[in-house]
Amino acid sequence: MATLDSKVPSGPLADKWRKHKADIKLVNPANKRKYEVIVVGAGLAGASAASSLADLGYKVKSFVFHDSPRRAHSIAAQGGINGAKNYQNDGDSVHRLFYDTVKGGDYRSREANVHRLAEVSVNIIDQCVAQGVPFAREYGGLLSNRSFGGAQVSRTFYARGQTGQQLLVGAYSSLMRTVGAGTVGLHPQCEMLDLVIVGGQAKGIIVRNLVTGAIERYSADAVVLATGGYGNVFNLSTYARGSNTTAIWRAYRRGACFANPCYTQIHPTCIPVSGEYQSKLTLMSESLRNDGRIWVPKKAGDRLKDPNSIAEEDRDYYLERMYPAFGNLCPRDIASRAAKRVCDEGRGVGTSGLGVYLDFSDAIRRLGENGVRERYGNLFDIYHEITAESAYKVPMRIFPAVHYTMGGLWVDYNLMSNVPGLFVLGEANFSDHGANRLGASALMQGLADGYFVIPYTVGDYLASQKPGSRPSADGPEFKAAEENVLSMTRRFLENKGKEPVSHYHKRLGKIMWEFCGMTRTREGLTKALQLIPALREEFWANVRVPGSADTINQSLEQAGRVADFLELGELMCRDALTREESCGGHFRAEHQYPDGECKRDDEKFGHVAAWEFQGSDKEPLRNIEPLNYESVKMSVRNYK
Amino acid sequence: MVASNSTQPISITLRVWRQAGPQEAGKFVDYQSKDLSPNMSFLEMLDVLNDELTVKGEEPIAFAHDCREGICGTCSCTINGKPHGPGVGVATCQVYMRSFRDGDVVVVEPFRAKAFPVLKDLITDRTAFDKIQEAGGFITARTGSAPDANSILIPKPDADLAMDAATCIQCGACVAACKNASAMLFVAAKVSHLGLLPQGQVERDKRVLSMVHTMDELGFGNCTNYYECSAACPKLISHDFIARMNRDYFKATLRSSFKSESLGASGGA
Repeated sequence: MATLDSKVPSGPLADKWRKHKADIKLVNPANKRKYEVIVVGAGLAGASAASSLADLGYKVKSFVFHDSPRRAHSIAAQGGINGAKNYQNDGDSVHRLFYDTVKGGDYRSREANVHRLAEVSVNIIDQCVAQGVPFAREYGGLLSNRSFGGAQVSRTFYARGQTGQQLLVGAYSSLMRTVGAGTVGLHPQCEMLDLVIVGGQAKGIIVRNLVTGAIERYSADAVVLATGGYGNVFNLSTYARGSNTTAIWRAYRRGACFANPCYTQIHPTCIPVSGEYQSKLTLMSESLRNDGRIWVPKKAGDRLKDPNSIAEEDRDYYLERMYPAFGNLCPRDIASRAAKRVCDEGRGVGTSGLGVYLDFSDAIRRLGENGVRERYGNLFDIYHEITAESAYKVPMRIFPAVHYTMGGLWVDYNLMSNVPGLFVLGEANFSDHGANRLGASALMQGLADGYFVIPYTVGDYLASQKPGSRPSADGPEFKAAEENVLSMTRRFLENKGKEPVSHYHKRLGKIMWEFCGMTRTREGLTKALQLIPALREEFWANVRVPGSADTINQSLEQAGRVADFLELGELMCRDALTREESCGGHFRAEHQYPDGECKRDDEKFGHVAAWEFQGSDKEPLRNIEPLNYESVKMSVRNYK
Repeated sequence: MVASNSTQPISITLRVWRQAGPQEAGKFVDYQSKDLSPNMSFLEMLDVLNDELTVKGEEPIAFAHDCREGICGTCSCTINGKPHGPGVGVATCQVYMRSFRDGDVVVVEPFRAKAFPVLKDLITDRTAFDKIQEAGGFITARTGSAPDANSILIPKPDADLAMDAATCIQCGACVAACKNASAMLFVAAKVSHLGLLPQGQVERDKRVLSMVHTMDELGFGNCTNYYECSAACPKLISHDFIARMNRDYFKATLRSSFKSESLGASGGA
């Protein structure tokens, strides 16, 4: 059984991080260059970690499966990044950002980690501006802010609709500076396929060079994983096609605990699926709900009619009806579940029946077409580009889509997993967002971990490792891990199956969406736990992976990732089944208040569930880390 | 774009560049792609074709893609001779089958440039861009050393113009569109983004000299003012930035000829 010591420092909440930094062990400058750190992934968390560690004097190796570190999916975040600067003089503070994040996470995050996140949020904005991130400005030259869901202050910094890309370009430019200086060795198009553990500690990785196909071994004094979330287990999501769970999943198979895998966020306003060929779902900014009204026909028979021909009295503005106080602006999870409910009743619109209208005709009457264009023009353009429909003339069709995963590898206060020497940052870890993430907080967490946490805590760990004690990559553990990777590759290529990898990914996605999506039930999850192992068996028996191992082989890459999703999906369902409560993104139909709100059970489930791998054919072990709220009182999350 | 609002499925002949590896000879191969929904994206059409090829026992077409929403800069097909295809201000992943007519022959190639060698089929090696970035595409700001963000005031028009340049997604369409395979628009966007900001002044001269020098070394051509780059750019970045970079480059060259480089920090107590 794994030991889950959160290592949260003692003392008052607001002093913990400062005290911890003062107590932490240091590595002297002459010794720093004797240590090597592997960083896998170069999104916001990975790129910021790699360049910050390199600037401290460590030797860093950065691995990405993309052709350039600047392509990581942090790039797609649109809205913004939170920072408790209180530049608007509207009463914001570190404490308020901390409190909003804990409450938004439905009291399932680790209090001390969240407070630290709020503390360093102010340094992130400074750091990014110094790097040249072109945040939006006011005419006086000061930084501009906007407000975002789940907060009553304006603390979100933004760069048009592409804050993620601008922050990533900032982190990437720092990374490339250190690459140019020779302090970071960059390994693009290298995918991590196994973690190497020597003497109980993470000391290296096995990668496949995606261009030459070569399997390569790398040893280090510490390994940092910043490889993002696992939402593509659903196949269709707002994630990039390449986003995957492989790095963290293979670390899980080597003993790192996987915490709260069932916590997934489903965003209510995405463009619906248009056909079986669909590969990707596109997010439409939540801000549209400020002026758009959501409805479906009252009668199922009207669902394929021209929406403009449906009379006002035949429309069901269901959010306004069910949640009169918040109406169309109710929280993400509630809006998503309500959309599913009306579609389940057979009133969903569009040919698939999986869509609801987001109607701007009232807003156009009120503001004029130009007024609406000024506010949302770029979003209407995106919608038109994808659907060939003008939302000025017919209502948009939207549907919820998987967008973020709050779960991830378990880490302590130092962001180190239960495997010593293995650190996990950003979306790949579990600690800061609890059961639900607020908007504009993902970018903040990635950069907080990479710029301001890991440079301290990696040093604390390395100080306990003798300089130069790094094992050689020729050792037996490296050889065994490499053989593990090679045997999987051989198995794929020698399999004489019939179906392409995508066939199984799609089927897994449908199972996950139906049984482990917006609403989960004991019955459904139990069924999924039978369907997934059967599908996995079929996959291994009947998948076809063409081509060879010694060249670019995208089918082979995808096969490995889907094999991991087929295992992770089962763990998510198991976690969702065991968590007999509803909280944030995890909604169990059996546990709700009469108004459809989540009914938590703090006594029985006020804890983190951290799953421990016990072998391929054995049930994993469910470890528990109790959540002790010292400062905040757990209460019913209420936005009414 | 020949956008049509028809929902009728279409069929096309796809003429695709197939090349097994960097050293192998490539050639065009024809494929029939049938019953395509006009709402399908171009890359989804390739997904479906690849699955069909896999089932038939043929090797699928390798193509670069990731975010599929026009922001990561990975996708990079030249469609009917145009980098990123028939759309304006979009990347390959934002091209939909409604841009084509039933019966069309659609020619698909990788981005072509000496500095972007083909790795396989439609995938090219664009690490040359990373090399240019390494040479100076940054502001040196060591973590933890930044002053308060609002202590640096930036006039809104400057910030907005810097942002216009910063929208570059590093896809390389500008290079593929240029008859000289010049990277001037890319480098100009990077140089302008940082050079327009007060934070970027300290390293401004060094940046432009070093990035331009590296660009030349890596085998990119020069600009002869045809502006195909801006037309192909998925973010429609203006060629005006090239003029700005040339001005910066000229000034930096002039200044550097009067400046003697310090021999470095002397240290000492």
